[in-house]
Amino acid sequence: MTASVLDLPTVVPAPETTVDRVRTWWRDVVVLTRRNLIHVSREPMQLSDVTIQPVLFTVLFIYVFGAAMSIPGGGSYKDFALGGLLVMNLTTSSVGTAVGLSNDLVTGVIDRFRSLPMSRTTVLVGRAMSDLLAAVVCAFMVGVTGLLVGWRPTSSLLSVAAGFGVALLFGFAMAWINACIGLRTTDSESAQAMAFLFIFPLAFVSSVFAPTQQMPSFVRFLANWNPVSAVAGATRTLFGNPNPQAAVPVWPCQHPVEAALIWSVAILAVCIPLAARSFRARTTD
Amino acid sequence: MAAAMIEATGLRKHFGETVALDGVDLTVARGQILGLLGPNGAGKTTAVRVLTTLSQPDAGSARVAGFDVVSESAEVRRRIGVTGQSATLDELLTGRQNLTMVAELSRLSKIDARTRAAELLDRFDLVDASDRVLKGYSGGMRRRLDLAASLVTNPPVLFLDEPTTGLDPTSRNRMWDVIRELVGEGATLLLTTQYLEEADQLADRIVVVDHGRVIAEGTSLELKSAIGGAQLEVTLSRPSGAALTALGPLVSGEIQVSADGLRLRAPVRSGGGLATEVVRALDAVGIDVDDVELQRPSLDDVFFSLTGQPADPATGDPTGDPILEGADQ
Repeated sequence: MTASVLDLPTVVPAPETTVDRVRTWWRDVVVLTRRNLIHVSREPMQLSDVTIQPVLFTVLFIYVFGAAMSIPGGGSYKDFALGGLLVMNLTTSSVGTAVGLSNDLVTGVIDRFRSLPMSRTTVLVGRAMSDLLAAVVCAFMVGVTGLLVGWRPTSSLLSVAAGFGVALLFGFAMAWINACIGLRTTDSESAQAMAFLFIFPLAFVSSVFAPTQQMPSFVRFLANWNPVSAVAGATRTLFGNPNPQAAVPVWPCQHPVEAALIWSVAILAVCIPLAARSFRARTTD
Repeated sequence: MAAAMIEATGLRKHFGETVALDGVDLTVARGQILGLLGPNGAGKTTAVRVLTTLSQPDAGSARVAGFDVVSESAEVRRRIGVTGQSATLDELLTGRQNLTMVAELSRLSKIDARTRAAELLDRFDLVDASDRVLKGYSGGMRRRLDLAASLVTNPPVLFLDEPTTGLDPTSRNRMWDVIRELVGEGATLLLTTQYLEEADQLADRIVVVDHGRVIAEGTSLELKSAIGGAQLEVTLSRPSGAALTALGPLVSGEIQVSADGLRLRAPVRSGGGLATEVVRALDAVGIDVDDVELQRPSLDDVFFSLTGQPADPATGDPTGDPILEGADQ
C-alpha cells in the first residue's frame, strides 16, 4: 500500500482473552447501534411511532374512553389508564424491530458485515439496542403527555422510575419477539403485517383500557393471563395509581410486578436464542 | 513458486435444482491476479461467496491464506477484503461514515478508523462526495467506495466480484488503474468478470468457467495459443515467387497472395520466435520485408471455441454490454 499514516496490520488481530472478546463484541454492538441511530436522523419520520403516535394514543384514549369509564373501587380514569397506555405504546412500537431487522437482512450491507472479522449476532443486538433507545423516547413521550393531561403518580420517584423500568424491560422482551417475526418473513411489509397480527390482540385483549372484570369469561381468562395485563398492573402499582385488577383472584393479577418480571425474563430467555439461531440460518447459504 | 494464497479443490454447490458449482479447482499464488471469466450464471459469484466464507460448499474444500474456509472461517475473514457484485454498503450513511464503520468493525481504534477512512477517500478520489449520503452516489463512485471498504485493513487477499459491471468506460478505466496499482503493492487478487478484455488486461492467469465447471485455464497467451489459429501476414517490398517456398515450412496452411503480390497471408501455429524466423527465412533468399504481423486470436475467439457461444456482442469492447444483463445466479 502507498505510504499510509497508519501502521496497518495486514491481518486483523483476534481478541485473545475472554474479556477482550466481550469488549470487542460490545464495541461492535455500539458501532451498529450508532449506525441505526444515524438512519433515524436521516429519516426522522421513522421515529413517529415513538414520538407522535404515543402522544396521539395517550390523548385519544384518555379522552375517548375516559369520558364513559368508571373505575371499580374509584379513582380517575387518567390515573388508571396511563400505566396501561405506557405498556400498549411500548408493545405496538416494538413492531419497529421486526421491520428494521427484515430491512437489514435484504440490504447488501449484511454481506459486508458477514465478510468482516466480527460476530454476526452483533447486527441483531445492535438492532435491539437502538430499538431500546427508541422505546425510552416512547416511554418519555407517554409520561410527559400523561402529566400534561392530568395523570398524577402518587408513589416515590424511585417507584415511578421502577414502573418505567418494568415497562421498558417488557418492551425490550417484545422487541425480541418481533426480532423472531422479522427473521422469519421475507420483506419488511410482511414483517410488519405479521407483527401487527400478533401484537394487536396481545395489546388489546388485556387490562390496558378497562379492568377485566366485565369481560366475557373466555376473553377475561386470556386478559387475566396476558403478560401485557401483568405489566400494566405492575406499572399502576409502582406509580401508586388505581389497579382494580388486584382484586381478581388470579396470581398474575395479584402479583403484577413479579408476574411482569417473570414474563419478561421468560420471553427473553426463549426469544434471544431463537432469534440468534434464525439469524444464523438466514445469513448462511 | 510462491505458496498458494487461494486454493480450492472440487468445490460443489447447488441451490435447489440449480448446480452453481460442479467441481471447481482453483489455485492462486501469492501476489498473483487470477481472472475468473465466465458468462452470467457460470458460478463465478458462488465461487467467490464460498471462498469468502459467505456460503458453505456442499462438497470439496478451499483454503484462503492457509485457512480452511469452513472450519477456520473466522481466520479467513481476518485476512480478506471482499467487493461484492451488488453494493454492500449502507445507503443511508455518508461515504465517510461507511468507511469509518467498516474500519471500526475491523478492529481499528476510533482515531485510526477516521484517519484510514480519510486516507481511502482521498486515494479513491471521493473526498468531494465524502460527506454525502450514498443514495446520491453514481455507480462508479459506489464501486470505488466498495473497493475502498474492502481495503480498510490492507488485507493480503482480495476478492473482487465483477468490479466494473455496469460502469461507463471512463469509470471502468479508472477502476482498472486502481486494480493494477493494488497488485503492484503485492496483494493476491481474485477477480471475476464477464469481460474478456478485462481479464486480458488485468489477470496473470485466467480460469474460464461455464455451468459451474472450469473449462479452460492458463495465461491469456496460453489460452489464445491453445486454440491455435494465429494468422501471419507478411508485406514484401517487391512481389516474389521465392517467398512462397521460403515460408512454406513455417506456416500450417495454404498461403494466400494478394492481387498485387505484395501481401501474403497464412495460418500459423502460434509460438515464440515465429516472426524472427519468418524474417530470417525471407532474408536468406534475398527478399526484402516491409512488415510482418502476427495476429493472435482474441479472447472472444477463445471463448467461442470453448463454449460454442459468443462471449460479448461487442468483441471484448469494454463499453459493450455484458453477455447477459442482471445478476449472477
